Amino acid sequence: MATSTKSRTVPITKRGLNFEMMMWLFTRLSALAMYALILFAIIGALIMGARTQMNLADVMRWGFMPNVRHVQNTNVPDLAPWSTPFWKVVASLLLLVATAHGVHGLVVICDDYIVSSRGRWTVRNISIVFMTAMILIGVYVIWTS
Amino acid sequence: MGLKRNVSLATALRYKGQGPMLTFVLHRIGGLGMAIFITIHILSSFAGGKVGIYTNSIYENWIFQIFIFFFVLFHAINGLRITIVDLFPKLIENQREAIWIEWAVFIPVYGMAVFVIIRTGLGG
Repeated sequence: MATSTKSRTVPITKRGLNFEMMMWLFTRLSALAMYALILFAIIGALIMGARTQMNLADVMRWGFMPNVRHVQNTNVPDLAPWSTPFWKVVASLLLLVATAHGVHGLVVICDDYIVSSRGRWTVRNISIVFMTAMILIGVYVIWTS
Repeated sequence: MGLKRNVSLATALRYKGQGPMLTFVLHRIGGLGMAIFITIHILSSFAGGKVGIYTNSIYENWIFQIFIFFFVLFHAINGLRITIVDLFPKLIENQREAIWIEWAVFIPVYGMAVFVIIRTGLGG
């Protein structure tokens, strides 16, 4: 067991680079992308005056999804700068990345309990339909709120 | 077909996975919880009207917010730890220390958020 803590590094050319491997990498990179977008939204909120008008939990709620409805019930006096097309683009980007990350996460969890190839095929097809539907509905909600 | 476990449920629950196992379980529960929460949240904002007001009243409840902030923040901070360790594989030798750092970051951030949520929830 002493050697089990040693790291094993395999060069990238000797690793199998299939779809699951790409999605494994995508999960990590999309996590970093979400961090970047959330930090971006929080910095934007601070520039727009959140420091004196919102509490920490409200700033975080805006950070996790920069939708104007998330600042409606706070002390922000003017909602106009929070509902610009710019923030809607940022919110749409965050939605796209988060939905892909989340739906793939659900597929990974299902794979732990559904082992037949037929079952996994069904899970993947349902996940594609579900992901497309949630992205369309989410984009609609962001651009009409 | 079907799932075959080599251990009974009682043995599985006694498995001493300790810190890393705890983060795995919380990460999975948090991810699943967030998927359900955000799906319902998007659908209810799409539906609007009575359904929207009803689900929003649950989501804006401070007790619910304490739960959702725990899972979202834990998933985010644990996810960052997983990302850093996976992208720099040599760090896996220090993964127990990484988990300690993770808790040291999570507890103050979550503690501050809970403090604000409770203070707002009690009308302060």
